[in-house]
Amino acid sequence: MNPIFVEGFSSHRRMFLALVLSGAFMYCDHKLESFEVARGFMQSLVSPLQYLANAPKQFLDSTAENLVSRKQLMTENQRYQVSELKLKEKLLQMDILKQENDRLRNLLASPVRQDYKKMVAEIQAVDSDPYSHQVVINRGLDDGLYEGQPVVDDHGVAGQILHVGVNNSRVLLLTDISHAIPLRIHRNGIRLIGKGTGSVNHMEVIHVPLSTDIQEGDLLVTSGLGGKFPEGYPVATVTQVSANSFREFAQVTIKPLVKIDRLRYLLLLWPDKPSLEPSSSAPEDQDTKPQEGQG
Amino acid sequence: MKAKNNTKVIYITIFISLIFSIIPLPIALDAYRPNWALLVLCYWAMALPNRVSVLTGWFVGLLLDVLLGSVLGINAFALAMVVYVMANNYLAIRNFSLWQQSLIIGLLTALYHLLIFWVQRFVFGVDFSMTYLIPVITSAILWWVIFLLLRKIRRQFKVR
Repeated sequence: MNPIFVEGFSSHRRMFLALVLSGAFMYCDHKLESFEVARGFMQSLVSPLQYLANAPKQFLDSTAENLVSRKQLMTENQRYQVSELKLKEKLLQMDILKQENDRLRNLLASPVRQDYKKMVAEIQAVDSDPYSHQVVINRGLDDGLYEGQPVVDDHGVAGQILHVGVNNSRVLLLTDISHAIPLRIHRNGIRLIGKGTGSVNHMEVIHVPLSTDIQEGDLLVTSGLGGKFPEGYPVATVTQVSANSFREFAQVTIKPLVKIDRLRYLLLLWPDKPSLEPSSSAPEDQDTKPQEGQG
Repeated sequence: MKAKNNTKVIYITIFISLIFSIIPLPIALDAYRPNWALLVLCYWAMALPNRVSVLTGWFVGLLLDVLLGSVLGINAFALAMVVYVMANNYLAIRNFSLWQQSLIIGLLTALYHLLIFWVQRFVFGVDFSMTYLIPVITSAILWWVIFLLLRKIRRQFKVR
């Protein structure tokens, strides 16, 4: 027999408990740093669900990859060969410049810049909160990821790691409304802060005095001042500057170089870990071995 | 009578609904994604209020929070609220016709999305856009399918 009346606590009491619990969770998640551990634990707990949801797309992708025509493969191959040649040529110049730079830095007794550890990660196709810009990637604590780690792709900076699970983690993208990044104008070195707006293809620069030398088309790179992002990675270009003297600050709109809505592979960086030994999991990003600068 | 009530089935359906709520959709369709977890929870809260309580709703919402990467507790709170309304009116809602029920579900989904929006607005200051309320329509329509399907499942497996 079905009981007509619900047993146990009344739903009012349960609702009260739920209210208190959610309030506590929201407060802890938003304000307390130490709650990150619990969050990471829960992230790894639900990761099987995410792998499961990702499975159909992965299957379709692999089928599509297997069914590519020979002609398509050949053209693709040719394209890669051409671009590899171009990149190799650039690399040759880069090696010489790097050696020269290291030598100069040695002469000035500045610390020599080192290449750092990198790792390729693939994005898992799972949906996220519509209010924020996040993606889930297939690397986690097991690969040595940490919270706040910079993430880039081949166009520029993509964002940083938000929550780390055991074998997958969440990346907060540049354009999220709660994300800000220290920037520098490539042309003249003025430092700025770029803030996400929640829109996919524009961000804003905050607190820019009206007299700042900033123009449309300027390239903004990371300044490395926050300590999170390494210096010199391209981030965005300036699309609009409106220096209206009635306002306190100039309004500057910038466009991220990364195509936020069509990311596929991301590169994780370890700025404080030199890549002296070849890393085990990412063989393709070990082309540029650090060169010993002899003074 | 044997004390066998197949509560497992409830959890399996909730599990599947969670997968459906994170499965990737084409960008054009993404805004129309119905609230699978909410629909399934509403059905069970209406049909078997002694099995699915406010706290079940809260827990499923918490899982949804972790899956979607939102601030912990937002979806949990909103889902618990919806189940709370459902649990207090299940006797009345059961007797409604299907289209009346789907109207109620539409209202509850709107409540759910507005609750989430208000909390997000309070925490991050996000702006409102009508697209946040599109799932209300799709959820209300999908209720017909979910209701008939889950009723069939409930009778088939004799879930009590």
